Amino acid sequence: MSIVGAKVIRKEDPNLLTGRGQFVDDIQLTGTTHMAFVRSTEAHALIKGIDVSAALECDGVIGAWTAADLELPPLPGVPGLERPALAIDKVRFVGEAVAVVVAENKYAAADGTELVIVDYEPLGAVTSIEEATAENAPLLYEELGSNTVAEVPTEDDHQAIFDAATHTETIKLVNNRCTAAPIETNACLADYGPAGLTVWASFQAPHHLRNRISAWLAIPQDQCRVITPDVGGGFGQKINFTPEFFVAPVLSKILNRPVKYSQTRSEAMTSMYHGRAQEQEVSVAFDNDGKIQALKVFASQDMGGYADGTGMGMPVLTTAMSAGCYVIPNVSIAWRNVLTNTTPIAAYRGAGRPEATYLIERAIDHIAYKLDMDPTEVRRRNYIPKDSFPYPTHSELAVYDSGNFEGALDELLNIMDYQSLREEQAANRENPEKPLLGIGFSSWLEIAGFGPPGSLEGFGHLGSWESVQIRIQPDGSAIIYTGASPHGQGTVTTFAQIASEYLGIDYEKISVRHGDTATIPQGIGTMGSRQVAVGGEGVKNASLKIVENAKSIAAHKLEANPEDIEVADGSLFVKGTPSKNLTWAEVATFSFQRLELPEDMDPGSLDTTILQEVPNFSFPSGAYACVIEVDRQTGDARIRDMYLVDDCGTVINPLLAEGQVHGGVAQGIAQALYEEFTYDENGQPTTATFIDYLMPGAPDLPSYISGRINTPNPNNSLGAKGIGESGSVGTPPAVMNAVVDAVRHLGVTHIDMPATPQKLWEILQGGSK
Amino acid sequence: MIPAKFDYKPAQSKEEALSLLTQYGDEAKLLAGGHSLLPLMKLRLATPEVLIDIGAIEDLSYIQDKGDVIAIGALTKHRQVEQSDILKEHIPLLAHTASHVGDPQVRNRGTIGGSLCHGDPASDLPAAILATRATLVISGPSGERKVESDAFFTDFWETEVKEDELLTEILVPKYTGESWAYQKFNRRAQDWAIVGCALQEGDNPGIGMVNMGSTPVRAANAENALKSGGSPKEVGELADSGLTPPTDIHGNESYRRDLAKVLLQRALEN
Amino acid sequence: MSYPISININGNTYDKSVDPRTLLVHFIREECGLTGTHIGCDTSNCGACTVILDGNAVKSCTVLAVQANNHKITTVEGLANDDGSFTPVQEGFRQEHGLQCGYCTPGMLMAATALLDEIPNPSEQEIRENLEGNLCRCTGYEMIVRSVQWAAQNPDGIPVQIGENS
Repeated sequence: MSIVGAKVIRKEDPNLLTGRGQFVDDIQLTGTTHMAFVRSTEAHALIKGIDVSAALECDGVIGAWTAADLELPPLPGVPGLERPALAIDKVRFVGEAVAVVVAENKYAAADGTELVIVDYEPLGAVTSIEEATAENAPLLYEELGSNTVAEVPTEDDHQAIFDAATHTETIKLVNNRCTAAPIETNACLADYGPAGLTVWASFQAPHHLRNRISAWLAIPQDQCRVITPDVGGGFGQKINFTPEFFVAPVLSKILNRPVKYSQTRSEAMTSMYHGRAQEQEVSVAFDNDGKIQALKVFASQDMGGYADGTGMGMPVLTTAMSAGCYVIPNVSIAWRNVLTNTTPIAAYRGAGRPEATYLIERAIDHIAYKLDMDPTEVRRRNYIPKDSFPYPTHSELAVYDSGNFEGALDELLNIMDYQSLREEQAANRENPEKPLLGIGFSSWLEIAGFGPPGSLEGFGHLGSWESVQIRIQPDGSAIIYTGASPHGQGTVTTFAQIASEYLGIDYEKISVRHGDTATIPQGIGTMGSRQVAVGGEGVKNASLKIVENAKSIAAHKLEANPEDIEVADGSLFVKGTPSKNLTWAEVATFSFQRLELPEDMDPGSLDTTILQEVPNFSFPSGAYACVIEVDRQTGDARIRDMYLVDDCGTVINPLLAEGQVHGGVAQGIAQALYEEFTYDENGQPTTATFIDYLMPGAPDLPSYISGRINTPNPNNSLGAKGIGESGSVGTPPAVMNAVVDAVRHLGVTHIDMPATPQKLWEILQGGSK
Repeated sequence: MIPAKFDYKPAQSKEEALSLLTQYGDEAKLLAGGHSLLPLMKLRLATPEVLIDIGAIEDLSYIQDKGDVIAIGALTKHRQVEQSDILKEHIPLLAHTASHVGDPQVRNRGTIGGSLCHGDPASDLPAAILATRATLVISGPSGERKVESDAFFTDFWETEVKEDELLTEILVPKYTGESWAYQKFNRRAQDWAIVGCALQEGDNPGIGMVNMGSTPVRAANAENALKSGGSPKEVGELADSGLTPPTDIHGNESYRRDLAKVLLQRALEN
Repeated sequence: MSYPISININGNTYDKSVDPRTLLVHFIREECGLTGTHIGCDTSNCGACTVILDGNAVKSCTVLAVQANNHKITTVEGLANDDGSFTPVQEGFRQEHGLQCGYCTPGMLMAATALLDEIPNPSEQEIRENLEGNLCRCTGYEMIVRSVQWAAQNPDGIPVQIGENS
């Protein structure tokens, strides 16, 4: 029985279920001090002065510092536009760190920050791309002369095709600003001592952070250790460099004591990088059959107050993936990155691909509206056929590996009774007692499994591989060390499953270690749905390498040929003569003993390290449908059913894969119906707590009906594509297509996310369309 | 996240509480369940110098049948109001409304007195108190006084209860009618109402509105129409009459006006 | 100013003197070293800090430690049976993958335990409604609902075999 593909319950759970998880704030070191930030209350202002004297007098406060007191290079970022660790002469968003206080305990630190006086000279604030790009707009960087920090024009706008087309549609879309808001905020604990620096951090990539901190503080990497213990969710928000990870080590060095930072939620809401916040102008040219001839996309990426490198890359990914599942012979892409006086933007689950899927799936539905055609039919007529792979697109980045888009749609229609739903919709329309029913589809694919050589280097990482080291212990148990840095994905379980499968060692005797630069070989980290597609492949390959060596040892001891040795159920035996066998424990012990080994083999051969690479990204895909009910009088839209067909190739653990989909779908529904991070005209955030930023709870979300098809990844031997971000990519268009579908009969063609009750109410009243 | 410093004075009795209130005046705030006050203190939007903790005063927590009225001690928790057999039988609107407050954990700590004294137009229970035409019993240095519910809420987050006084009891007339409802419209289940409507029909109908003004308010014009025998639609149309609902990020004034009408009509029809 | 308090947590009594503004969650985590209870917000929304106080689920971030003086608390560390075996709720979360990062989990476990004490066989709707005060960002809640249903259906907490294909 294969353990890859089996529903195995997680190794991670016993600790987490008994309160024995170790999250950063749980860690206690003697002499720990507590750090707190003074944060800007202005969106855009000059700093005329900072007075920390009252804070220094406060009970329990040990020190208070500003940028002027510390020599702090800027945080890693786009040269010239880096976010400072502490604001220097200017603040560019509400929540920006301006000063830092350290005290004996959290309470005194909070008191201390209240006593710091900052003298601001407010400047005009721009809180939208429109405002930031208006003539005479206040500039975040005077010397740039503009708030647009990058603009990449199209190479060919295909205007001739648009001019000649039978039909064209142009739509303006907003992909609303969201914040990932994992339930654990950022946290770090820095301990600088004579032997070097140790930093515990709630982060998604320990080596990446170690390398940056080491460079920033000019400490050699060998003396800098980063540990990512249990991490309470990341969603891409914990791959970014915020001040605390750098300031805490500096202060620990100054104070010669550990410095701990536990961020409050209110701080996290403005300090942790936001996601999405992209606007798009999309034009599509098509014929009477609904076949798309050309697509033009201009994406405007709100960058927030500081240009993060990953944030710069969001519209790159969006425009690369804009053609979605479809054959589109002419694609024009262009984008720009614009600074505003808001929280800076970086990756959030999906990172550029939800924005791409949303735009193309809304465009498809617009074609359906125009031609009065069923939305599934429009999709069918444009799908890339399943025998067309590898499929090059308009973008060099995106050569789709494999897919069966029509197959996914067929499976989706299989698990939902589409015909009945349309009948119900029609009947409901005629009956004022019934809610309006909407049915929306999303045929999606996304770019994952980051990535081929060079891809992550482009985002500032050391490489694009992932490290896997496997060591067989003398008793035949195995330890896997990996640079992957899970924070809920269940990687310990899936990697152990893969290793068990290919080593032939019992799953119960395999442990997985991660999250410590002192003990893990170099690593890249967890992001871009890469753990299984890249790391998992490494586990398989490392396992096979070890088995090769184990077979040589067994063959030597059993006086057989290595080719005749088989591995199963914890033992190695001679094919056809199972009585001639050795246990893994025996072989492992021998592996350390020169006198037991073949002549050409050294001790220690059951230990191997791989930096696993992949030749291409992976392209998970799927088809989702949303059935939504809209209350005619209040405008309240509630999802009745979510149908989800995923295609991520090989699934290592269906229980965990389904969990990943659910989580992503929940965030996708949240973006479509509930969440938006907003600012008032002065740049003051209006949704900066969990009271006003509406992350859904259990009664607010539906059950999910899942299906699956399997189109293997041709670029790794596992056939696995990864699934971590799929839910958040495929869901918003399904929901929004359903919402618009519910009010189509009123002539509505578009509603911006989130589809709040008030927006729908205004439409139902006959107001805005 | 962390409140400012304060002196802590637990009171073991109503008398002790009153004495402490007199002693500390406007420096002090009362702490009951803490689920209105502590969230404000954690954001340092409230920074009392003295906190008088009345949470342990057991004889202010009760639900008693007193003939025509049910007497509810001010420190009775929402959970007890929600689950009380006496209230389910005699004032079902109140029990049902309590079940809508916050979430189960909030209901295990928050008290009816605390909620009422917070005077938040966005809270559920004040609307029910208005609809049930309750009487509030306030204790002070010179004894007890009674205030009718429609005089209790004086301004935004302000009530009749003076600095040296304590709300001790709520007297709610038994409801002999058959028709009551609480309609709460919100985004997430744990959220405040965008608009809410508490209704008790009968000879003297009560309609209490949530988030339709700067205080908890009654839809008095709608009540009159109901008394005069108006249809659900006709009465519903007057839900916002005479009221000025707020505009905030969760809903603007015109949306709230319409919601009020829809909710009242639904309350009447169901 | 320091105020003496005595609180029973998981059967052990903790006698400490605290600054009265100390939140119960900080008392539990820092004074008593029981770090299983977590903090996820500062506006009483997320429920990660949920503990059981005198038999009722409460948000320990919205209770002052001094308010819990002479009271009895159960945290996630005190949930398992005396022999270390899991309660049905804990086992349900393990069987049905009701946790991913595990950060909201202690609060969920306590809220779910309190729910099943009151409603031993809840409907899906009742489960969702009674967990409205506990936010999770990882699971989308479906598997949390299944976990609680598992616990309701398996009051003796019998686990299934590993490796069953779905």
